[in-house]
Amino acid sequence: MSIQEPSLQQYRKKLGKLEALTDKPTHYCQACEHGELTRLIASAIENLGIREKAVMIDSVGCSVLAFEYFNIDHIQSPHGRAPAIATGLKRVRPDLVVYTVQGDGDTLAIGLLEVMYAAIRGEPISVFLVNNAIYGMTGGQMAPTTLQGQVTTTTPYGRDTGFTGTPVDASKLLSTIDGSAYVKRVSLAIAEVETARGKSYSIKNILEAKQAVENAFKVQMMGGFSFVECLSSCWVNWKLPIMEAKRFVNERLIKQYPLGTYKDNFGIDKR
Amino acid sequence: MTERVYMKGNEALAYGALKAKLNAYFAYPITPSTEIPETLSKEFGNEEYPDFKVFLQAASELEAISMVLGAAAGGVRAMTATSSPGFSLKQEALSYAAGMELPLLVVNINRGGPGLGNIAPEQGDYFQMTKGGGHGSYRMIVLAPNSVQEMASFPKTAFDLAFKYRNPVCIAGDAFTGQLKEDIMFPRIEPAEYDVSSWAATGAKGRERHIINSMNLDPEVHEKHVTHLDQKYKAIQRDEVRYELYLTDDAEIVVAAFGITSRICKSVVNSLRAEGWKVGLFRPITLWPFPYDEVHKLTERAKRFLVVELNTGQMVEDVRLGVEGRATVSFYGKVGGLLPTEREIEDKLQSVAEEVSA
Repeated sequence: MSIQEPSLQQYRKKLGKLEALTDKPTHYCQACEHGELTRLIASAIENLGIREKAVMIDSVGCSVLAFEYFNIDHIQSPHGRAPAIATGLKRVRPDLVVYTVQGDGDTLAIGLLEVMYAAIRGEPISVFLVNNAIYGMTGGQMAPTTLQGQVTTTTPYGRDTGFTGTPVDASKLLSTIDGSAYVKRVSLAIAEVETARGKSYSIKNILEAKQAVENAFKVQMMGGFSFVECLSSCWVNWKLPIMEAKRFVNERLIKQYPLGTYKDNFGIDKR
Repeated sequence: MTERVYMKGNEALAYGALKAKLNAYFAYPITPSTEIPETLSKEFGNEEYPDFKVFLQAASELEAISMVLGAAAGGVRAMTATSSPGFSLKQEALSYAAGMELPLLVVNINRGGPGLGNIAPEQGDYFQMTKGGGHGSYRMIVLAPNSVQEMASFPKTAFDLAFKYRNPVCIAGDAFTGQLKEDIMFPRIEPAEYDVSSWAATGAKGRERHIINSMNLDPEVHEKHVTHLDQKYKAIQRDEVRYELYLTDDAEIVVAAFGITSRICKSVVNSLRAEGWKVGLFRPITLWPFPYDEVHKLTERAKRFLVVELNTGQMVEDVRLGVEGRATVSFYGKVGGLLPTEREIEDKLQSVAEEVSA
């Protein structure tokens, strides 16, 4: 933890009131990273001055109520189809900045074709994937990203990957597609760190994610398809205490899904 | 192109859409509808159609109609075309489009079913098109052309209705009306301008944000939304019923048919009239809203109805609802891609007429 790094409280205060957000309190569970991503997207929209031309496609899953929170135009999508809806809108209104926020089930199970083909065609849209290794909204079923041995309501004895197939590595998969311009995996879970004054929390991950979200929009505006996979926790459905769930992300999920830039055709991360 | 032309129904529909200022077409190939995207891709970039800005081939029927949904939400004229098995896959987005109140056009060139069926003409998707093939309480306006001429002129009507009511509209062709080549006079189409400024997703610049949504978790709010849709459907039923009556003023027997079948039935009516029969033709042009009142009026004189369809009996149920027991309703159907001959229909009418006198 470097000295320059602000505390969580300082960081939240610095973001302040965002015009791209409404005043509505979110329905997300306490400490869920969905709330964090909401703020990161809203702050990126403000920093880039694109609120008046941003349109969000609301997918099915925990992000289905996002229209309550973002003070921008919204279009709802059937389960998994958000990248196709985004494509239709962006093709007819190329001046807009169009993005989706989707869960792992939405993106990688029912909607795998839609996200793959949006990447294959290199649609200038941004897809933000919240990967928490479980179906959150429906109450904790196995997702494409559920780990080997992980207990869910549909794998009560632990996921047997010999039987169900192995966890889907979305960033790796999408980085192999010629049409994708920017693929990045970040973690939205704060990490516990030991400091001289005792236990504290590092928001290094979140600051990195903030940059990735902003870069994703920049890549879209440069004409490329951008994809940011955000590792997140779901303590409610994982049935873990909040901080243990965060630890699970930064210790276990990260091993299966290593963080980093998987693709960066425009060299945006190095600018 | 206002001169006389000789072309296929599917091609005529494509040009009709272009003349109605089509903005975006999202394609997925399926026989027997494929001439529509083929014609449009050929004309893409033609200066004659400056409004035609997007032609995109999707990776699936679901993706294509979802793209139409996104484009429609952007407030432009967007459409796709498909045929029966593909039309089944469109139902998801059509239910959403109805719930989200989006104007869009989907063309269904009906082929044989169920399942893969075959690529020959049928009218077996009548129920799916008119009764709501997707989930929830919604309605879709369905126009049934019976000629290449109407294939050319209906896209404009469809877009007008779609934007007037902010609702999906379906053009219900079949493999005959799609593949048939006829000499037509291309209609002079004056495209309308539609005001989408109060709802389209174009970026919240200098206005409140627009939320295009069909979800209301609060039951009372959702009841309000569904009731609002229902009131809209009632207005459509009141104001948008379209049909054709042919020699029905004094008819004691009425033949009811839509689409290509109505053409055969018209010939039957002509030849039986020459023999002195008091027989007429009733053709619904809007399959939904169905002309129930008109059927009912016909029963003041006509006591026998014969419904002819390329299925095992679907529209006949709507005719019965219109007749309300005031006349007998018989049915004659052909499936598998076969058409009824005039002789077959005449024979059937003969037995219907004998029942009358009995």
